[in-house]
Amino acid sequence: MASLVFFYFASIILLTASLVVIFRNPVYSALSLLVMFFHVAGLYVTLHAEFLAVVQIMVYAGAILVLYLFVVMLLNVKREERFHGQTNVAMGLGAIMLVESFLLMLQGDTSWLSLEATPNPETMAKGNVESLGEVLYSTYLFPFELASLILLVAMVGAVILSKKGILESKSS
Amino acid sequence: MVDVGIKLALTLTQIASVMGIVLLTVALLTLLERKVLGWMQDRMGPMEVGPYGILQPVADGLKLFFKEDIIPAGANRIMFSMAPVLSLVPALIGFAVIPFGPTWNVEWFGVEFKPFVISDINIGVLYILAFASIGAYGVILGGWSSNSKYSLLGGLRSAAQLISYELNVGLAIVGVLLLSSSLSMVTITEAQTGGFWRWYAFAPLPFPQFIAFVVFIIASVAETNRTPFDLPEAESELVAGFFTEYSGMRFAFFFLAEYANMILVSCVATVLFFGGWDAPLPFLQFHGSLEHLEWLSGMFWFTVKVYTFLFLFFWLRATLPRLRYDQLMRFGWKVLLPIALGNIVITSIMAYIFS
Repeated sequence: MASLVFFYFASIILLTASLVVIFRNPVYSALSLLVMFFHVAGLYVTLHAEFLAVVQIMVYAGAILVLYLFVVMLLNVKREERFHGQTNVAMGLGAIMLVESFLLMLQGDTSWLSLEATPNPETMAKGNVESLGEVLYSTYLFPFELASLILLVAMVGAVILSKKGILESKSS
Repeated sequence: MVDVGIKLALTLTQIASVMGIVLLTVALLTLLERKVLGWMQDRMGPMEVGPYGILQPVADGLKLFFKEDIIPAGANRIMFSMAPVLSLVPALIGFAVIPFGPTWNVEWFGVEFKPFVISDINIGVLYILAFASIGAYGVILGGWSSNSKYSLLGGLRSAAQLISYELNVGLAIVGVLLLSSSLSMVTITEAQTGGFWRWYAFAPLPFPQFIAFVVFIIASVAETNRTPFDLPEAESELVAGFFTEYSGMRFAFFFLAEYANMILVSCVATVLFFGGWDAPLPFLQFHGSLEHLEWLSGMFWFTVKVYTFLFLFFWLRATLPRLRYDQLMRFGWKVLLPIALGNIVITSIMAYIFS
């Protein structure tokens, strides 16, 4: 049962991820990316990582992809021809992985599926958010703060790039 | 296997009843809004259908049902039909984690279930935020696929608005999460039981979340595209915004989504800031020998609070003029965001001192 769920999510993720580069209309690409994000979130749920699943939807589907769509609509691109060199690569890789997963499914032996491994009982008792937060703010505090610093730098950079006047007035 | 079947049947019954009540409330709201607006403007509101116009929602529903469904030439047919669904489903799906009454564990045919909440997941608040942000897709796609300049402009405006104000909704909630140290709607409600001085909006210690509540309500009004933030559908500039080209049932779906979203944010405000089903004074709740009736008074108080917020929505609509687009953005990013951030800083310092 669990492996069937996994294969459903995995094959849909493969399919939609390939469709992102196959579609010629950028809006369709963005929408298949949306479907993919939902199925990745579904995979997280089967791994008992509900927090990650919801954050996946909230950040990627709810914020980033909306911005993509926003830009696509602003430019009003009906067709995008530049990046279709990727189609064959995507279809080839996708086909290989699809065949592989079908073979594994037909084999019937699901012991390799370590994804089904029981989660650490300690973290299960404490809850997703609590254990993740504890680890982030103790063991991995430095990388965590570093990541937020990098994001801040990116944000400042974006603001400077969009406000053209700042740089020019400084140099003159 | 039988257990699973019973569990499934119970859950489906819960979902059906919640959906039924929500859609009935939407029907009622369409009438109430027009009545309240009418009274505030010294008019009678709808009076023709039924006594005092109470059958108006039925007439509206029938009218929309029988209207011709027009897909404009040059529209993207798939996206055009998908957009209304994409905007209605996220609005309804959020009700899954709202606790409408006391947290009871009832055993029925050997299956334990909670009668007053469909699903008590431990990330309830995030779940609602996540699906609220998905609602933007319906609006954006509806605007894009109509192949009309008014729709496109409306869709663009609404996308920018939703992204900006989502942030404020999220940040306003953080204070409550700090105080309750939980993301589960049920746990948050339980932490506030015992009278209005324990509701997070008023609780004096560590820090009352009233400012956060005001930010939340303003941002929610913006997120549900209601006046004074209804720029996406500003009729004087954009005809009807992103749903200009829609008619019949597809139009009704957008309409339902707007009202369902209103009910949802009212429910969320009730649960997070106003104690959910808790009575303002403890003796107003059935207790002692009548404790088995607690759900009745609990649901009564929940309904009263939700309708108070819905009335607030109507009141705002009747009172305030529409903002200009640059005012809207400046207000969201330069006024609400700093207030929400400041609230988080103060709340966390106070929570650290007093815990």
